[in-house]
Amino acid sequence: MHRTGELYGHFKTPGQQREAASLGMWVFLITEIMFFGGIFLTYAINRSMYPDIFAEASRELNVRMGGINTAVLIASSFTMAMAVWASQTGKKKQLTLFLILTLILGSVFLGVKYFEYAEKFHHHLVPGRNFQFPGDVGSRAHAQLFFSLYFGMTGLHALHMIVGAGLLLWLVKESLRGRYTPQYNTPVELVGLYWHFVDIIWIYLFPLLYLIDRH
Amino acid sequence: MSEHIVSRGIYAGIGATLLIFTGITYYAATVDLGPLNVVIALTIATFKASLVVLYFMHARYSPRRTQLVIVAGFFWLALLLGMTLSDYLTRAWQSI
Repeated sequence: MHRTGELYGHFKTPGQQREAASLGMWVFLITEIMFFGGIFLTYAINRSMYPDIFAEASRELNVRMGGINTAVLIASSFTMAMAVWASQTGKKKQLTLFLILTLILGSVFLGVKYFEYAEKFHHHLVPGRNFQFPGDVGSRAHAQLFFSLYFGMTGLHALHMIVGAGLLLWLVKESLRGRYTPQYNTPVELVGLYWHFVDIIWIYLFPLLYLIDRH
Repeated sequence: MSEHIVSRGIYAGIGATLLIFTGITYYAATVDLGPLNVVIALTIATFKASLVVLYFMHARYSPRRTQLVIVAGFFWLALLLGMTLSDYLTRAWQSI
């Protein structure tokens, strides 16, 4: 087991080991980018086919909650970046603090998302037999398409947030045991990469879902 | 080889810039610019994403090898989006 952060036998230097780890993380993130890319493509094609209904359906989303969540997520990316900084400079207490702050901000995001979802259920905007939307059968079907994409995209994003929160809990636990030092902080760096990736997905989701037509 | 440590000031500056551009994105969406609205929204989002990749994710300070992998990834994404949309978005032209 790799418990003390020592060098694995097949690497020559800690730097080489660290670079290999971050390269591997990037390769994983690129598979994630392609995964989300396909979904964004589905969104783009459907929006180009039904632009008016998509704009109308988008106005049903709570732009205040979406905006607050965007700010919360950006703040959490900042605290995550600061956690990486603390681990690199050997500030163990600050590392734990920034990890906990990131975890709290991530939880706030998920909490706001819960209230948003609940609101959609109350307004009969969840695709299915209770879906209600003004207009004829055709526009109702296309509005359901928008909300299917909304729940699919934000749901997958939230799932990634939940995985990230689990990873942060683990980092908090390990950081309390003083595991991370300027010589060995690869897990903090890699979870950071993942957390920022999840932020980037939301940076696109916010304007594409909430801000189609707000004038 | 020691790793590059990005300063706290840079992180704070990037974080503040991201927040300011979130505000600009919202403001831009409240102005009617026709088809330009979506172009502006995606341009701002891509600018914000680039800042996150370059500074928060340290791509700017990464070894060339890692940078090549990142660029190659986005190149494939561009192929996926570009090739498919160049089909879908031009289908209407045929019926003329």
